[in-house]
Amino acid sequence: MLATRVFSLVGKRALSTSVCLRAHAHGSVVKSDDFALPSYVDRRDYPLPDVAHVKHLSASQKALKEKEKQPWSNLSLDEKVELYRIKFNESFAEMKRGTNEWKTVVGGALFFMGFTALIIIWEKHYVYGPIPHTFDEDWVAKQTKRMLDMKVSPVQGFSAKWDYDKNEWKK
Amino acid sequence: MASSALAKPQMRGLLARRLRIHIVGAVIVALGAATLYKFGVAEPRKKAYADFYRNYDSMKDFEEMRKAGIFQSAK
Repeated sequence: MLATRVFSLVGKRALSTSVCLRAHAHGSVVKSDDFALPSYVDRRDYPLPDVAHVKHLSASQKALKEKEKQPWSNLSLDEKVELYRIKFNESFAEMKRGTNEWKTVVGGALFFMGFTALIIIWEKHYVYGPIPHTFDEDWVAKQTKRMLDMKVSPVQGFSAKWDYDKNEWKK
Repeated sequence: MASSALAKPQMRGLLARRLRIHIVGAVIVALGAATLYKFGVAEPRKKAYADFYRNYDSMKDFEEMRKAGIFQSAK
């Protein structure tokens, strides 16, 4: 199914009508297709394909096409549907139907993100050296005190959140 | 299948309608985003700076910093 979608995205050609025939095989015989000939496609942006879906009509279908030449009020509902299915493979509603593909995509993406996390954990343990001494708790404390003494970002940023009177972070 | 005939669907002007809806929507979204930013970010920031500098004493500020010992050129 996925393959059909990919091929119909590539160009205005379906790969072959046999790929498109799923539950709607109406007795049409599929020979080896000449890809230079006009072909049928189920495309939302190409609503009236170059050829009908069913190329080789059975006897009953041929009779129906003859009846189509008479006033259409003579046709029963089932005959009208049969004529539609001769001409078209999937209706717009059918070709537009959603799939569950997104679940596969999201699941696959998350899975590989998780796998990447494992790689990074391994890397931290086996590849990276020690982090700089400037990350020691003692150093960071002295660094923070100096930033507050300098009044870094006193309006809306860092020092704005420090209470200079009570010597603590503002609540 | 339905026993009664369906209503005839809209046959014309589909793109025009779509464009109109999306252009109107885009204008609304853009103006909304600008308004939110103005009143969520820009105005509070202007007020914060105004409040900060209203009674700001730069010499007092300098003295505090000097006493904290951060300057090399003024101990």
